[in-house]
Formats: sequence, C-alpha cells, structure tokens
Amino acid sequence: MKVVVCVKQIPDPNTTGQLDPSTHLLKREGVEVVMDPGDEYGVEAGLKLVEAAGGEVTIISMGPERGLDAVRKALAMGAAKGILVSDESLRGSDALSTARVLAATAKREGFDIVITATESTDGYTGIVPQAMAEILDVPAVTFAKSIELDGDTLKVQRQTEAGYDVVQATLPVVLSVTAGVNEPRYPSLKGIMGAKSKPLDRLTPRDLELSGVGGASAGQSITAVEPAPQRGAGEIVKDDGQGAARVADFLAERKVI
Amino acid sequence: MALDRVWVFLEVAGGKAAPAGLELLTKARELGSTVEAVVFSPEAEQAAGDAGAHGAATLYAASDPAYTEVLLGGPAADALAALVEEHKPDLILFAMTQDGRDVAGRLAAKLGVPVVANALEVAADGAVSVGSSVFGATLNVTTALEGGAPAIVIVRPKSFAAEPSGAGPAKLVPVAIPVAEKHRRARVVDRTAEVASGPKLEEAAVVVSGGRGLADPKNFELLEQLAGAIGNAAVGASRAVVDAGWVPYAMQVGQTGKTVKPTVYIACGISGAMQHTVGMKGAKAIVAINRDENAPIFKLADLGVVGDVLKIVPQLTEEIKKRKSK
Ligand SMILES: Cc1cc2nc3c(=O)[nH]c(=O)nc-3n(C[C@H](O)[C@H](O)[C@H](O)COP(=O)(O)OP(=O)(O)OC[C@H]3O[C@@H](n4cnc5c(N)ncnc54)[C@H](O)[C@@H]3O)c2cc1C
Repeated sequence: MKVVVCVKQIPDPNTTGQLDPSTHLLKREGVEVVMDPGDEYGVEAGLKLVEAAGGEVTIISMGPERGLDAVRKALAMGAAKGILVSDESLRGSDALSTARVLAATAKREGFDIVITATESTDGYTGIVPQAMAEILDVPAVTFAKSIELDGDTLKVQRQTEAGYDVVQATLPVVLSVTAGVNEPRYPSLKGIMGAKSKPLDRLTPRDLELSGVGGASAGQSITAVEPAPQRGAGEIVKDDGQGAARVADFLAERKVI
Repeated sequence: MALDRVWVFLEVAGGKAAPAGLELLTKARELGSTVEAVVFSPEAEQAAGDAGAHGAATLYAASDPAYTEVLLGGPAADALAALVEEHKPDLILFAMTQDGRDVAGRLAAKLGVPVVANALEVAADGAVSVGSSVFGATLNVTTALEGGAPAIVIVRPKSFAAEPSGAGPAKLVPVAIPVAEKHRRARVVDRTAEVASGPKLEEAAVVVSGGRGLADPKNFELLEQLAGAIGNAAVGASRAVVDAGWVPYAMQVGQTGKTVKPTVYIACGISGAMQHTVGMKGAKAIVAINRDENAPIFKLADLGVVGDVLKIVPQLTEEIKKRKSK
C-alpha cells in the first residue's frame, strides 16, 4: 500500500506569530520552526497503516528549504522517503495553490491514501484536504478520530458537530485526521540516524507541470491588519472559603440563577 | 454597492435549519439584493419557512436521500458547481462546520476560485472582503477576495445574530442533480450523537467548561451537577481533555471546537490558552476558577477566583441550590 502524508513546517505555535508589516505574510525570520504538531498524527496514522497492511509512507511538503526539517523528522519517525516542493514563487500561496501543489505531488508519487491534518496550526483555513480530494477526484474522508483498514475498505469515525459518523470508503481516498486519533511516536535514535540515508527529493512547480500557482496568483490579499480589542481583567479574589458564594452573587447579578 | 446575488449553504438537522445558516442569511440581507439558500437533505423542503423568514427568497432543495448516505462534500460540490453555472451568484457563504468545510473546499477547487475561512465579518462594496482574527485573536485582519466569482467564504458560527425579516417561506426550487456513482465509494453507515441532554452548548445562557485542572474525567460530573443547579446551562470542555478522551469532541470550545457566546461562561481548571479563548471571549461575562493566580484566563475574566476547582465547584452547586430553595 502507498500512503502519502502531507506535513508542514511552521513557526513554533507556542510563540505568538507575527505578520510582516509590509508584505502581510507570516514572519518566518528569527522564529523557531517545528513540524506542525497536527501533522504528527498524520505521520503516525500513515505508519500504523503500513505496519498493518504492508507498503510505504512517503512524506510530502511544500514550503521553504527549512521545511526539510519537518520531512526529516517524519523520516526519523519511520517514513520511507520524502519530497519537498520548494520555489520562491510559492511564497504567499493561498489554500487553493497549496492544494494544487500537494495534489500534483501525490499524484506523481502514486497513492492509495493521502493523509493530512484537518487544518494547519498556523494558517488554519482547513480546506486543503478537501480541495486536494477534488483535484485528485477521490473521496475526502475528513475529521477522522479513529481509523481501521480492512482490505481496501477504510472505516473511520468522523467527528461531527453532534458526535461522530461511521464512514466506510474504498481506496483511494484523501483522509484528514484530528489530534487525538493516535499517540504520535517519538523518533528513536536509530530512526534519526537512519533518516539521513533515506531518499529526499526536491521538486519545483515546473517539475509538476504546474502553472498559475503561488503567491502571484493568490485570489486574495490582506488589505488591513490591526490589533484586536482585548477584554480587560476584572475582579480577582483568593478563595478563602467565600469564593463559591462570590460566584453565586455574580451569577445572581447577571440574572442567570 | 451591494452584490446582486448572495447564496447561503444551509444545513438542516431534524427537519430544522441549523442556526448557523440562519445567522448567515441574516447577514446576507445586508450584502446582496437577492438572497437565496441551497440545501442538500431529504428534509430540505422543511427548511423553506425558516429560510424565508431569515431572508431567503428562494430555496434550492436537493432532497435526494442519497445526500445523507454519502459524505456530502463531493456530490454537493458537483451540484453547486452546476447551480453556480446557471445562476451566477457573486458570493456563497458557508458556516464553518465539518460539512461546510468539506463542500466549500471541494467547490473552490472545482471552480478555481479563492476561499477564505474563519470569517468573523463579511462586507461587500463591489468586491467582497472578509474580517478574521489571527494569532489567538490578537490581530484583526481584512482580506479582499479578487479571484473571480463566486467568492467563497466560510464563517465561524455565532459571528452574526440570526434575526427574522418577517418574510414568508422561501420559494422552493427542486434540484434534481443525481449523486454520481463515484461518490458512493464513501458511505455514511452510522451516525452517533454524543450531546448531553439539556440545553445545547451554543444556546445555553451559561456554559460551565472544564479543563485539565479537573484532574480526572469523573470530575466532569461536578460540572454536570453545577449546570443542573443553574438550569439553563450546558457543559463544555478544553481541547486538552477532549484529546485525552475524557469527554466527546462535541463539547470542545475554541478555535478547533465550538464558539459560544453565553451570558456567563465559567472556566473551571482551564489555563486560558489563546486557542481556547477565541471560542469563548464573546461571552457577556466570564468567570474563571483556577488555582494558579498567573493563569492567562484571569486576564479576561470579569470575576476570577484563585482556588481549588474541586472544592469550589461543589460548594457553588450547593450554594445555588440553597438560594433557589428559598
Ligand atoms: C491548532 C491548535 C488548536 C487548538 N484548539 C483548541 C480548542 O479549540 N480549544 C481548546 O480548549 N484548546 C485548543 N488548543 C489547545 C490549547 O492550546 C491548550 O493546550 C488547551 O486549551 C489547554 O487546556 P486546559 O486549559 O484544559 O489545560 P492546561 O493548559 O493544562 O490548564 C489546566 C489548568 O488547570 C489549573 N488547575 C490544575 N489543577 C487545578 C485545581 N485543582 N483547581 C483549579 N485549577 C487547577 C492549572 O493551573 C491550569 O491553569 C489548540 C491548540 C492548537 C495548537
């Protein structure tokens, strides 16, 4: 079985992001970067699938050269090979361009399942898996919180507003996974050493025969950025046994009890 | 200059239009001269009254039962693309729900038009522009869509209030576009609801939410009891405890969960990470109970109590019961 997992290198989500005031693009200079924590679940899901059914996991990523670190981390976790699509023209890509590039890469590689997170932690548009599925003309099995594979039938619990649906799909599909679908493994020392000799390809949009992708063709642009009004702090009390009574008073003032 | 035609992708559950769609119809009245709704459900026609009352002149009803047997994204995007071709809407609004994202994402790729998600505000002055907030709602960003029509915008529920316009039911236009065979490869074989009894999280006057500070899944019972004592209250949760499997995702509040705007939000043992607070900072009032006086949640609480949630919550439940029995 061929599983393709999409990963992204992002600014450390534990630090507050910043926009470049002149370009309105995410500031990437001088910021620690990590593999998007949401993608670790996708890598783990891919590895589990091939461990059970045989086959290989290929990691694909679009982004600047630094994105190689995320790909290497996934290789260290156990993926067989990696592909980074990188080109200056891709800077400022919107969700649709990203989906086109990743879909073309997955198609070139060949796949039974393409796995993504439900959204990226930094941009969180949250429509790349669906857009990829449309381009690849396969079902998008989204928001998976549990995954089972039986032959070429994938059985997934899909999160919904109210609970979850059980979805059955025959391969090939695009699968998006939620945090909590599994417990991502840490790369072992052996994995980290072994990753160095695994194949790692670089591609450009031209290699994928893609035109009209990237920042220049984004159908949207940021026209204004301003600080959001923040709520102020109110009254803070230390609980000395009267905390509960104070909250009850507050609820009564607000007429909810 | 308003737009000519604005569409709303309306979801229907239990024979009723989802509130998030009615919020969008209300907003759409400001944006376009003609407002129309599109529904994919065997119960589509039952939404005509609600949709009309919130501003939809027409309801395109795709009521083939197959739409509930398969994942909606593929077939609904196909049908919408055909309808777009015929009627040429300028803007299509989706609620940021699972199905909303599935359909909007596929439709954008199919039509090659840009899509903006996480919208909190939408304006149309010739072109469409969208307001959203980033980095845990510390920055507000305005994005202009300039990539051709229709513009596709995915809006966070609760961004607008739903208000009836007083109009009668929408005119029903049946949509007879069949579900293509290829979409039957992904079938929904079962649906499970995990929502608790009592008021819904999005509609309750009070939301009592618990986080990792509750220390044990069974302590969520303390929150259930508190919500029960208050009355019109629902229990929510942080993502940390949802990911840990303590409570279902349907209870999650925040960036990747639900947005709530209750009269009072009570955060119990929740640190107040940005990704949590974006889902609750629209509450009229916020109460936080946390034993760490430096917890970020206190920066936005109207009332903060520094103390042990496992002690204070049961005391509060008793206190409310006592006051109510007087
Ligand atoms: C892309 C992304 C999306 C996310 N989306 C969401 C989302 O939608 N919703 C969400 O909630 N989070 C979300 N998160 C996670 C978020 O960043 C936090 O990790 C999470 O909200 C923390 O949950 P918590 O407050 O329960 O746990 P913690 O941060 O561990 O806080 C627990 C708190 O409990 C307090 N405490 C402990 N014991 C007691 C006691 N006995 N009495 C009183 N207080 C006590 C502690 O002082 C602490 O402040 C997201 C993160 C990412 C990266």
